[in-house]
Amino acid sequence: MNLAYTLRLADDAMIIGHRLSEWCGHGPVLEQDIAVTNTALDHLGRARSLYQYAAKQFNAMPQEEKNQYFSSVALQSLVETGADIDEDDIAFLRDGWDYRNLLLLEQPNQDWAYTIARSFYYDTFNYLFFGAMQQNADSELAAIAEKSLKEVTYHLRWSSEWVIRLGDGTDESHQKMQTAINELWEFTGEMFTMDNTDMHAVQGGYGVDLNTIKPKWTDQIAAILHEATLTLPTATWMQEGGREGRHTEQLGYILTELQFMQRAYPGMEW
Amino acid sequence: MTVHSFQEHFDSIIDRESTIEPRDWMPDDYRKTLIRQISQHAHSEIIGMLPEGNWITRAPTLRRKAVLLAKVQDEAGHGLYLYSAAETLGITRDEMYDQLHSGKAKYSSIFNYPTVTWADMGAIGWLVDGAAIMNQVPLCRTSYGPYARAMVRVCKEESFHQRQGFEIMLTLSKGTEIQKKMAQDAFNRWWWPSLMMFGPPDAESPHTAQSMRWRIKRFTNDELRQKFVDVTTEQAKVLGLEVPDKDLKWNEERGHYDFGTINWDEFWNVVKGNGPCNKQRLNARKTAWEDGKWVRDAAMAYAEKRKARNAQAKVA
Repeated sequence: MNLAYTLRLADDAMIIGHRLSEWCGHGPVLEQDIAVTNTALDHLGRARSLYQYAAKQFNAMPQEEKNQYFSSVALQSLVETGADIDEDDIAFLRDGWDYRNLLLLEQPNQDWAYTIARSFYYDTFNYLFFGAMQQNADSELAAIAEKSLKEVTYHLRWSSEWVIRLGDGTDESHQKMQTAINELWEFTGEMFTMDNTDMHAVQGGYGVDLNTIKPKWTDQIAAILHEATLTLPTATWMQEGGREGRHTEQLGYILTELQFMQRAYPGMEW
Repeated sequence: MTVHSFQEHFDSIIDRESTIEPRDWMPDDYRKTLIRQISQHAHSEIIGMLPEGNWITRAPTLRRKAVLLAKVQDEAGHGLYLYSAAETLGITRDEMYDQLHSGKAKYSSIFNYPTVTWADMGAIGWLVDGAAIMNQVPLCRTSYGPYARAMVRVCKEESFHQRQGFEIMLTLSKGTEIQKKMAQDAFNRWWWPSLMMFGPPDAESPHTAQSMRWRIKRFTNDELRQKFVDVTTEQAKVLGLEVPDKDLKWNEERGHYDFGTINWDEFWNVVKGNGPCNKQRLNARKTAWEDGKWVRDAAMAYAEKRKARNAQAKVA
């Protein structure tokens, strides 16, 4: 049963895609407006593949289990009718406690430095994660991982280059980049916390042992920050909760916007 | 060659429907008119990202969201190659931005109207992109080479946009009562501003004759507007929507639809800055530009440092 694992990966992709899409039309320079939108589209595409796969797994479950699975009323009511659910139901009808994305990804764009820092932490993780996912007992996850690795490789190059450019640019950009790196640091620990879902996934041959990628992540982050003349944060206290559905205040506002149409006009074809 | 023979050479290129290229001699007015037209077009693409961008985070399905995001991104791309085409005429992108931000340069007035419901994404694709295509297809054969080539690509993508807009409207019109109402409401709001997109009536369009001579323009404003009314009225029938014009009537003799009087007072007011969103749109662009300054400065500073380091490495 890969559902929980599939859903958390899907939620990660959905929420970062949403945040990056907020830049569309407002980028610091036209070429970067296009680049950031492209990246948003990659994440959204991955979210869709994963939600579709999650829906397929969910619909195959026994009805009693399905009735218990989600907490959110709107989705629960739909499931109780015995109807199959699809990618849109999962994305638009769950409240925060059913969303399992990393807290890092729901943090607001603020400015270009924050946006880059958030992507840099996540892209580095994703690159290692999807690299490790290539060998996967689950053929659907393997296929998604293969496509994702190509995209993520580009994302990582893009965000790393921006970290270097801003870190080693002007005094002002250096300052802003260091601040963003420092302030988002507390959300990076959660990426490597192995919970039951991760353990099951590793045992089942379809998940990644996060302990094996953590040192590589730290090395890579440190190397890029060094090149960018920036300092690697040393704080060890980390925020957690996203994987259990305990979020920062940010997610509620994202969902309010994201889900507006399906909530105001339920059950229609668009 | 004397100026006289330069002019003759230019005229002969125009006459034989060949293209003027950046290094060719061209009259000052031709250059100025083109810079104005192409930059205005580029600005329209960039400002045009805003009303649709307004619905990216609220699109009703994941598929619609992906298509909308890709569409708005296409518009950024169009802006990019149109700015590049204008740059071949001896103006920089930064200068064009300054003209936009100071209010000196204009952009299509249609983008000064608000997008208040999801149906507006359908109406914009169907009507606004539809009108834009009618204006732009003839420009694929315009006399200035870089502009004509940019327009070939722009038009291909615009026709895809127009189809997706129509498809949103079709889905709504086949949907529930409230969805039909949403579609009709959007149609009512976007119809007249779309007709205004073709510009003032021919009688009040003093540059038309010169622009047609130069093949910068290939049909008059009124000709294109009539074509749009004829085509769109038929499409509205397919959608089961009512054209919001009580004077709209088929004229057998002319072989065209007659239509009501356009509110030109509204048009000129929106052009002058009094539309519902003029300030909002321009402020959004100015804010993006000003907030992005430190990012652009950093990128320049870094590029300079790298160049210096590379040069030093070569010496050593």
